[in-house]
Amino acid sequence: MDFTLSKQHEMARQLFKDFAENEVKPLAQEIDENHRFPRETVDKLAKYGFLGIPVPKEYGGQGCDVLTYAMCVEEMSKVCGTTGVIVSAHTSLCVDPIMTYGTEEQKQKYAVPLAKGDKLGAFGLTEPGAGTDAQGQQTKAVLDGDEWVLNGSKCFITNGKEADVYVIFAVTGKIEKKPGRFIKEISAFIVEKGTPGFTFGTKENKMGICGSSTYELIFQDCRIPKENLLGKQGTGFKIAMHTLDGGRIGIAAQALGIAAGALETTINYVKERKQFGKSIADFQNTQFQLADMATKVEAARLLVYKAAKKKDEYQAGAKVSYSVEAAQAKLYAAEVAMEVTTKAVQLHGGYGYIKEYGVERMMRDAKITEIYEGTSEVQRMVISANLLK
Amino acid sequence: MKIIVCIKQVPDTKGGVKFNADGTLDRGAMLAIMNPDDKAGLEAALRLKDQYGAEVTVLTMGLPKAADVLREAIAMGADKGILVTDRVLGGADTWATSTTIAGAIRNLEYDLIITGRQAIDGDTAQVGPQIAEHLNVPVISYAQDIKVEGDKVVVQRQYDDRYHILEAKMPCLVTALAELNEPRYMTPGGIFDACAAEITTWGRADLKDVEDSNLGLAGSPTKIAKASDKVRKGAGEKVTPDSPEDAVAYIVGKMKEKHLGGL
Repeated sequence: MDFTLSKQHEMARQLFKDFAENEVKPLAQEIDENHRFPRETVDKLAKYGFLGIPVPKEYGGQGCDVLTYAMCVEEMSKVCGTTGVIVSAHTSLCVDPIMTYGTEEQKQKYAVPLAKGDKLGAFGLTEPGAGTDAQGQQTKAVLDGDEWVLNGSKCFITNGKEADVYVIFAVTGKIEKKPGRFIKEISAFIVEKGTPGFTFGTKENKMGICGSSTYELIFQDCRIPKENLLGKQGTGFKIAMHTLDGGRIGIAAQALGIAAGALETTINYVKERKQFGKSIADFQNTQFQLADMATKVEAARLLVYKAAKKKDEYQAGAKVSYSVEAAQAKLYAAEVAMEVTTKAVQLHGGYGYIKEYGVERMMRDAKITEIYEGTSEVQRMVISANLLK
Repeated sequence: MKIIVCIKQVPDTKGGVKFNADGTLDRGAMLAIMNPDDKAGLEAALRLKDQYGAEVTVLTMGLPKAADVLREAIAMGADKGILVTDRVLGGADTWATSTTIAGAIRNLEYDLIITGRQAIDGDTAQVGPQIAEHLNVPVISYAQDIKVEGDKVVVQRQYDDRYHILEAKMPCLVTALAELNEPRYMTPGGIFDACAAEITTWGRADLKDVEDSNLGLAGSPTKIAKASDKVRKGAGEKVTPDSPEDAVAYIVGKMKEKHLGGL
């Protein structure tokens, strides 16, 4: 077993670090305070290929692996949780399902501009009554001639109003599981912004990742071409679950980044802050807290990288599943993010509660990683189901 | 168009310079980076490539580890990298270095050679112009802007209080300033390609038309007596004149004292 990063991964990490430090960090506090989507950052992410990292070159991507992508989300999130989730939602939740389930025409039409960063992607599964219970979908799609007609709404959609291409799930019928017992048949669709009948509702006023654009999507007799069905009719639930397995690696990397960023910020702070005539880094409590934080961040990193490597194996054609690894990485990294950022605020004392020091933002940003793309409870269900099968 | 960019791996002096007990640089204690002036030169070459189409070859002389900066350059968009490395070339001063690099360049076709003005570890600004002398091509130093028009380059050369516009017929050599531009980042895909790319490695035997007596430590006329960190400029003199007129009179007086601005 080799824990050493390859030359290309080391170089990629340095690239992401430099980019995050120079281009992302200077905006982090301002976009948080103003709840402003950082369009200028997205343009730069696109320019340097960060929006298509794990996509093959022939589809406009960078031809790198999932580990490189996870490292990108990690480094962006170290300085700005918002930027981390913009990259993650776009790549894992929109580009990935189109690349995995799309027809060649769909890949050319949608995945190529998405991977090049000419367009931004989003994913719409959650509804007011269908969060963890994804089967509770109410949005419907009915085939009318050569068009699907969508009616319903989606909520809490990351990259909401800012995206150009949306992967949307809707009920297309019912399946008789057992005699007399029906379940919803769910299908996936690709919907373009600007399609008549597709509008945006409320912008969510969130606790954290405030620069991220989180909107309600509304479909009212929204007609999309028949060929925008993603995958086969009725395979939507499978597509959604498989996509979220990959998405969890992105969010785990985001959580890892937030934790690592809070740790770094705190190490710098405790060396400078003086109390009782000495630096607070000289107190054993500080040292022990930092030791625990660093150990947990490193453990989270190993789980995230392991899950990313497993997905790489899967994409290379191996018959493996990365579902459990992704769930474990997300569960642990998210809880570590919450714990480490809370300790970071505590070690900063009163200053930790002040916005300009940054750690309170990291603490607010960390919380969502325990909730979206499968709550920590869902991750535990996935992990234990595998243990007890 | 064929462009050769000479680059150097240098210790990052941002965090201060560290020395060994014998006065030489403690390179191990400092991060290795691409010399900033060279990086600006590379960016200028890549912009010419974007604009006119060009083949950009990066060339460096150094330890085998210096291949890292060639890979970085390829990840930014350069087409190929050549590393000149050989034990007998070690300990070279600017004369032996420029002799070596010119010996390597003689194997290559080129229209334009771009070097950085100077490296942040030696700060001599001699190697670029010396390469041009060895190759017998024109040199324009301190470039803050480089354009290509037909078979010539048009360069803004930075001067104390102005710039000069100079033209030179290609092939020629231009030395670039870090202020020339904002170098682009690598791309992730570029990094993967760069790590898979073959770096051409040349040794003493590959150098054309050079004599051993001009190479390496033995061929270096410069003997370093003592090395020290850069002498930082002082804080300057602060004055608070009573009126704008007094301020102008004071400044003009100082300029006359130093014969600046034609006064």
